[in-house]
Amino acid sequence: MSANIHPSAPSTPTPDTRHLEKSLRNKQSLFSFAMSAVVGMLTILALVPLFSVVLMLFYRGGKSLSFALFYELPPGPMQEGGGFGNAILGTVVMVGIAAAIAVPMGVLAALFLAETAPDSRLAKTVRFCGKVLTGFPSILAGVFAYGAVVLLTGGFSAVAGGVALSILMLPTVMLTAEEALRMVPLKMKEAAIGMGATDFQCVWMVLLPTSLPGILTGVMLAVARAAGETAPLLFTALFSNYWISAGGNVELMQPTASLAVLIYNFSGVPFQNQVELAWAAALVLVLLVLTVNLIGQAISRRRID
Amino acid sequence: MSISQPPTSGQRTANKAFRLSTFAFAWLSVALVVYIVCMITWEAIPAFREHGLGFITGTTWDANTGEYGILPEIWGTLYSSLLALLIGTVFGVSVAIFLTEGFLSGGVFALLKALHLQYHPLWGRLPEQLEHLLKNLVELLAAIPSVVYGLWGIFVVIPMIRPVANYLHEALGWFPAFGTPLSGPGLLPASLVLAIMILPTIAAISRDALNAVPNKLREAAYGMAATRWEAILYVILPTSATGLFGAVVLAFGRALGETMALAMLVGNANVISVSLFSPANTLAALLANNFPEAGQKEVGVLMYAALVLLAITLIVNIIGAAILQRASKNLEEVR
Repeated sequence: MSANIHPSAPSTPTPDTRHLEKSLRNKQSLFSFAMSAVVGMLTILALVPLFSVVLMLFYRGGKSLSFALFYELPPGPMQEGGGFGNAILGTVVMVGIAAAIAVPMGVLAALFLAETAPDSRLAKTVRFCGKVLTGFPSILAGVFAYGAVVLLTGGFSAVAGGVALSILMLPTVMLTAEEALRMVPLKMKEAAIGMGATDFQCVWMVLLPTSLPGILTGVMLAVARAAGETAPLLFTALFSNYWISAGGNVELMQPTASLAVLIYNFSGVPFQNQVELAWAAALVLVLLVLTVNLIGQAISRRRID
Repeated sequence: MSISQPPTSGQRTANKAFRLSTFAFAWLSVALVVYIVCMITWEAIPAFREHGLGFITGTTWDANTGEYGILPEIWGTLYSSLLALLIGTVFGVSVAIFLTEGFLSGGVFALLKALHLQYHPLWGRLPEQLEHLLKNLVELLAAIPSVVYGLWGIFVVIPMIRPVANYLHEALGWFPAFGTPLSGPGLLPASLVLAIMILPTIAAISRDALNAVPNKLREAAYGMAATRWEAILYVILPTSATGLFGAVVLAFGRALGETMALAMLVGNANVISVSLFSPANTLAALLANNFPEAGQKEVGVLMYAALVLLAITLIVNIIGAAILQRASKNLEEVR
């Protein structure tokens, strides 16, 4: 082309731009391409377990899923049929107890962190404790509840399970609530204070309503996590083959079944029916956890809009 | 009554009560952590008096003879966690790089461009949406309860790797890591599942670390004709190295304390072996298996084991948090 534009200057050679183009013959580009391929493959491989788990859950759990599972009691070793109604109820009750402890405590501590004294030394200590609890092994929450509740009251109970779960919920609730409270625009707070609101009125009528979606998201995440926890329930709530409520009144001070412990107990047995039940329970548990998770995310997405 | 009025005494009291209660609950959350540590220590004291430090180096666990030692459990905990960490880091950091350095969105964009769809109102948003979807899928890995992973490990992972493991044992049995056959549960399946469980942690924190690298550093590298991977290897990774290291340490803390997947997959055998296929035991699994039926004496010993686990995880977690804090401070200097 350049020869046509400059016919009078044939002596100027066409600059050779081939070495500037991207070509896999170039060692650098080849290396870059190879690394990209490797990272892409590793990323895809990392997602294989997720799909495998979900597939197996629907394949093996979906097979034995029936309506009777939700209201019948767990079967014995050689029995046919049965369900895990008491385990679902137990999980709901224990997560409810845990939320009743962790949510007020977490939100009030978060209010201290975000409002009352955000920069005090106590606030720093509280945040540090929150982080320590975030990385706290769940089995140790069970050990604590065993020592604090089971040894004290003299038996395994739903309350002990709830206490153990509440320790795992507390940091999530507290740290996300603090984050949500800090997201409230300063001008809203200033407007409330400018109108002569006391701190309490400002928090109750402006801060909490505005940050409610964020706080609820944190609560939902914590509930989802607690519902799937097994280790803290193994030796606090133990397991039970019977309903938590006997003749209308709920017995919170006796061993209580939960979905997670049922899966654990039935996973290691040689009885086909119980293993199938464990898969069905796993499917129900995962769907439960994912639903709560998605609700939490939907709430926080509405806040951004 | 005028429109504006000073707070009534009732409102003043409510305000005071509110401030006091936030203060009280802040103290309560600190007290809770102190109480947890003290209670476990207190319950462990009798066993500590009886067994002393020999408990940590002892290798037998027999409730009948009253002989207790947790060296095999400490060994199993460290071995399985480090192995899981190795696998989880390779995959987790890869996922983080893949997500932050625009591989997916860049690739999809190039594809759309070839089809002249890159500014299409619907298709044009695909790169962004796919990246968002991938991020959520990785986070979904963290949402699945560990007991479900354990169940999946028993019925999927073990049958899958067993032929491979036994072939490796027969062919390369002289190599210590392949020294025993895989008869069912063992260290390798447990570590594999553990790696999957800590992968989202590593990916999420590494993603934050890579995102925190200022864009001007990337642009400077590309401006000097670095290829994408030269920029990643020589500029982006070294800049975010502290953050990545923090991610690895925090994931290590999670792996050490993880219970269910290990209790279901590791085999619960009191042996110290370098073989990947040998059954083993971990501190958390020991607690999970022995606590429900423990007599009064054994509870004390188990509390001692819990105290050891608490000490290890606390130290690792505090180191990890400190590293992450330093990482964010370092990056502020770069800015």
